[in-house]
Amino acid sequence: MVRRGAAQSVVLLLVGGTLLKIALAGTYVRYVKVGLRGYLVAAGAVLVAVALASLVHTLWTAGSRRAGHDHDVDDGHGHSHRGFDPSWLLVAPALALLLIAPPALGSYAAARGGTALAAGADSDYPPLPDGDPVRISVLDYADRAVFGKGHTLGRRAVTLSGFVMAGDHGHRYLARMVITCCAADARPVKVGLAGDLPPDAAPDAWLEVTGTYTAQTDTDPVNGQPIPYLAVTSARSIPAPAQPYES
Amino acid sequence: MAGPWGVEILAVVLVVAIAARGWLGRSVTSPRAQEWVTVFVAIVVQAMPFVVLGTLLSAAIATLVPERFFARALPKRPALAVPLAGAAGLALPGCECASVPVAGALMRRGVTPAAALAFLLSAPAINPVVLAATAVAFPGRPQMVVGRLVASLATSVAMGWLWLRLGRDDWLRAPRRTAVTGNRAVAYLGAVRQDAAEAAGFLVIGAAAAATLNVLVPPRWLHLLAAHPVISVVALAGLAVLLSICSEADAFVAASLAQFSLTARLAFLVVGPMVDLKLFAMQAGTFGRGFATRFAPATFVVGVALAVAVGSLLW
Repeated sequence: MVRRGAAQSVVLLLVGGTLLKIALAGTYVRYVKVGLRGYLVAAGAVLVAVALASLVHTLWTAGSRRAGHDHDVDDGHGHSHRGFDPSWLLVAPALALLLIAPPALGSYAAARGGTALAAGADSDYPPLPDGDPVRISVLDYADRAVFGKGHTLGRRAVTLSGFVMAGDHGHRYLARMVITCCAADARPVKVGLAGDLPPDAAPDAWLEVTGTYTAQTDTDPVNGQPIPYLAVTSARSIPAPAQPYES
Repeated sequence: MAGPWGVEILAVVLVVAIAARGWLGRSVTSPRAQEWVTVFVAIVVQAMPFVVLGTLLSAAIATLVPERFFARALPKRPALAVPLAGAAGLALPGCECASVPVAGALMRRGVTPAAALAFLLSAPAINPVVLAATAVAFPGRPQMVVGRLVASLATSVAMGWLWLRLGRDDWLRAPRRTAVTGNRAVAYLGAVRQDAAEAAGFLVIGAAAAATLNVLVPPRWLHLLAAHPVISVVALAGLAVLLSICSEADAFVAASLAQFSLTARLAFLVVGPMVDLKLFAMQAGTFGRGFATRFAPATFVVGVALAVAVGSLLW
């Protein structure tokens, strides 16, 4: 049983260390929302501390036993468990994070999901912030365009950033995944692009597009919701941002 | 499985994995496989802080709280203890990953299983964080919050009473732990280590299953199901089971399923925190497979029925 405890401690050390690593290096934003960082650091630190303390205790009791103090090492946790120890499975996500480091969800996931415009309870949107062009999120643009009927957008130039998603009939969309907790609840928001795009705007390429509101819309074949369009005046390729999701 | 060679096998696994690192990275190239890995690790990463919080609490209940405390705090009659334990779910601000180890520890501390089960079901569904998230996800529709609270509480209490009438203790594998002897700090440490390692291990099984369904079920199908009033309720409740979304996030997903009726979305919110794939794996691990295969389907049926009942009163 001491041995099983040691194996569990090593697994927890690996998992805790992995959580600390992705939280501190910032790659955690590919999987969960930005605000979870502190919780991940805390959870990782607890796991590392518990694992190290357990290992020290295991080694120390094993040592004192060898020295002749042959007392029963009872950690107060009745050892009624038998057979399969599921803690081994934790090696899989830890190694996937450390060795594969999977990317954030992109155009493949966006094309599978229906555009996520569900608000619409009130269509009172505050005026756009200052700026020419004004930088807003894809979700904000789509909400103002569909539910606010473009009233608050008017003829203002807006700048959106997102990745390219190819649709039916050669249509191209600017998409962004919106998450609430983690990538498992990710929903895409899509904005159709009318106008010229850079020739290298292949699916998953990140673009910063500037344009104005147009009344043109399209229907998402996945869930039947409307997809608004942006009349593009300029577009340029940008590197993938540090925070891939909107929330 | 670990046997006496656990640490050595683990070391070999790690060395092989690191040696095969380049191959691993290259082998995950199809977008579907990449999406699977991303969703899989996302569910695990998202749940870990709650698993750790839950096990810190459950280990404290198992080793630090005096043995007789819960027996004194709850009414003697189990039929009364059930609704009280269900309402106590309002106080644990976590999601379902935290409530499984806590409910297990409550049982080991002499809380009647029916009451611990009512708490297990209600805590992830009706705590303030989840209700606030629901209010934000459904602006202008406070009935959704009320409906979720009422239907979830009713389901958890009904399941507790159902367990009192029909449940058999030999379906449950609640590990009977011996009284704590010796150093309390050492006992606490051991309990945290073991609960965290096991709860998180079962979480991995559930995350893999949920990621698989997430990637395989085309959202387009849902659109077809939404048209039919009865099928849509069952379909969304079933989707909640398959997707295994954290109860703090599920309201936002429900809000985005705009083509479905409000009653169907209420069923999604009631069933999701109580029955889903990762929860089933964790329940089977903590309470035994014989328990989980009976309890989860029964909870599903009761949850859907009460969600429809509450929904028909509200809308």
